Amino acid sequence: MRVAVLKGGSSLEREVSLRSAARVEDALGSLGHEAVGIDAGPDLVARLRDERPDVVFIALHGPGGEDGTVQELLEILDLPYTGPGVASCALCMDKVAAKHEMRAAGIPTPDWAAFNATAFRELGAGDTLAEIEAGLGFPLVVKPASQGSSLGVEFASSRDQVPEALLAAFSYDDRVLLERYARGRELAVSVLDGEPLPIVEAIPRDGDFFNFEARYEIGRTDYICPAELPDEETERIRELAARTYEALGCSGFARVDLMLGEEGPQVLEANAIPGLTDTSLFPMAAEAAGVDFSRLVEKIVESARLRPQAAAGSGR
Amino acid sequence: MRSSAMRDLMAITARPEVISLAGGLPDTSTFPAESFAAQMTRIAHESSAEALQYGPTEGFDETKDCILEVMAAEEMAPDRDDLIVTTGGQQAIDLITKTLVDPGDPVICEAPTYPGAVPTFCSYEADVHQVSTDDDGMRVEELERLLNDLARSGRRPKFIYSVPSFQNPAGVTLSEERRRRLVELAREHEVMIVEDNPYGLLRYDGEAQPTLYSLDGGDYVLYLGTFSKILSPGIRIGWVAAPPPVLEKIALGKQAADLCTSTLTQYFVREYFGEGRWRQYIEDLVEIYRDRRDAMVEALERHFPPQAVWSVPEGGLFLWATLPGYIDTTNLLAKALRENVAFVPGRAAYVDGTSGASSMRLNFSASDEDQLREGVRRIGQVITEQIELYETITGEHRVAAPPDEPEDPGGEVVPLPRR
Repeated sequence: MRVAVLKGGSSLEREVSLRSAARVEDALGSLGHEAVGIDAGPDLVARLRDERPDVVFIALHGPGGEDGTVQELLEILDLPYTGPGVASCALCMDKVAAKHEMRAAGIPTPDWAAFNATAFRELGAGDTLAEIEAGLGFPLVVKPASQGSSLGVEFASSRDQVPEALLAAFSYDDRVLLERYARGRELAVSVLDGEPLPIVEAIPRDGDFFNFEARYEIGRTDYICPAELPDEETERIRELAARTYEALGCSGFARVDLMLGEEGPQVLEANAIPGLTDTSLFPMAAEAAGVDFSRLVEKIVESARLRPQAAAGSGR
Repeated sequence: MRSSAMRDLMAITARPEVISLAGGLPDTSTFPAESFAAQMTRIAHESSAEALQYGPTEGFDETKDCILEVMAAEEMAPDRDDLIVTTGGQQAIDLITKTLVDPGDPVICEAPTYPGAVPTFCSYEADVHQVSTDDDGMRVEELERLLNDLARSGRRPKFIYSVPSFQNPAGVTLSEERRRRLVELAREHEVMIVEDNPYGLLRYDGEAQPTLYSLDGGDYVLYLGTFSKILSPGIRIGWVAAPPPVLEKIALGKQAADLCTSTLTQYFVREYFGEGRWRQYIEDLVEIYRDRRDAMVEALERHFPPQAVWSVPEGGLFLWATLPGYIDTTNLLAKALRENVAFVPGRAAYVDGTSGASSMRLNFSASDEDQLREGVRRIGQVITEQIELYETITGEHRVAAPPDEPEDPGGEVVPLPRR
């Protein structure tokens, strides 16, 4: 089979994407497929028309590749592709829309308030910060609405840290959310074709829970898979992840990130195209389920090939 | 490994549509291609077998003679045997750190310091202490306090790393008085100085300053030089001038690292210096870079908000700008990249990874004047947007900036919301 692997692009997660793609291309080769790597740029459509792949493997992360844009193009070109469809990608990339959807489906997610920059500039949103802070409590988390990685995610542990945290988040997106900090254990559940895989737990090594930079760096966070949890709890969390996957309309695969605290598990977000590098959580979870990386890639490609084109998802 | 987030951001700065004020690149397009072709042809005709062969670990004597010419231009006269040719100045920093530093050993450098030295010091697990700088370079009185503090706890730094002229990244130059004091302190405390001087000959105004090496006579100063900024970084040739015992250790380290510096490019340097025009080429570069520095400073005055401050360097490739404390330039870079412009966030120049968060390094040698103006305009715009947003979030604008009341223009002024 001829598989185009879309990679790179211009998002801030370009490097991670290139690492994911390199690994996918190797795996495709070892499976006897022909892998054609395409760096997503202005010639993307032309390249796809030339190469005429049987399946497109989307190994892009962040805005552009993970938000439904590339998926829309592939729908128009009538090419089967891996991972969630247009609408689901758009929903997962927009943390605010995803949280609304989760609330509507009865999936627990921390309280939040979301604003765009215009609300501050023109509508005096700054005057509501006192109420928001009182409602969410400290520490609170400030995030850009649409970044895939931890870039621009900041903790504010007191009032005077909120403006700087907002400013940081606004550097990455025109819309940001302030979220109640869900204290607890940090878990990730990857879902493959609707089936939740074993749970991964992330444990910051120096106990510094307020440093997102640490989680981005190799060697500063330990990962345990399967997470050590009572069977009943494990099942409850995996089932919650599967429900989130469904509520957000995912297909193929996705990774659901949660916090497990005293109030039970709370879903933070779903990633439509989780990383596939050799330190990424999705391959780690698959491995724990007895699915090695090549087999994982094979399954993803099969699932994409067999899926009916989701024209409905593109609104055409 | 430090800050992979920043590394990922920096990787995007290399996209062709980005005006990058982030690099430390000289403008190699000014080097005459015909003369490059002629020199390489001559090497192929006359010395093919030798130029394609291994060479001595310390480098060819002929390369060292070229180095002696360059050092003489800054009033330094080491023995030829005091020199080792390295694969760029970066390898010199690496080899010196590898040779002198054991894990946990104190090392002192400027704050901010050369961002490329930070990973080197960290990978050999040096205990790095940074001494702050002002317009006259490293604050030597602060250095003295630090040396005394360390001495009291029975510790002596393995070396003091300094870029005294047109410092990377701050753009400042160590004053003569401080140079003399620095050399004195090194003698008093018996500490080596590593003088990194890649740009010394790229001076656009002001008086030349004596190098630390010439003030000290080479006893306590290890001198690092490079052809990267005065000829080409692609040839990867730098050097160390050091007393023989240190040089021997460096040579052992170099043997382990890469046996020898590229013979082919050493032949190129020999040919190039043989033509006798190297001083003229530097003078040409000085003219070009001076205009670019001026264009950048003008653009900063025009496009950066009044809350920003910056250094105006007398030479070198960089200037350093500092913004209000609430702006983190690593985050600002993400925003700037959306406008296709890049700079180096200040944090890269600090070992703790958090200081310098509101500063940025801007390079003016690698872009032409139009690109520099446009790049600075775009950065100025994103800074202004962030400042305005911060003020609307905090409500500062209502306190700090009363509405402009222009002189009565003779009609009713209707205030319009700013869009």
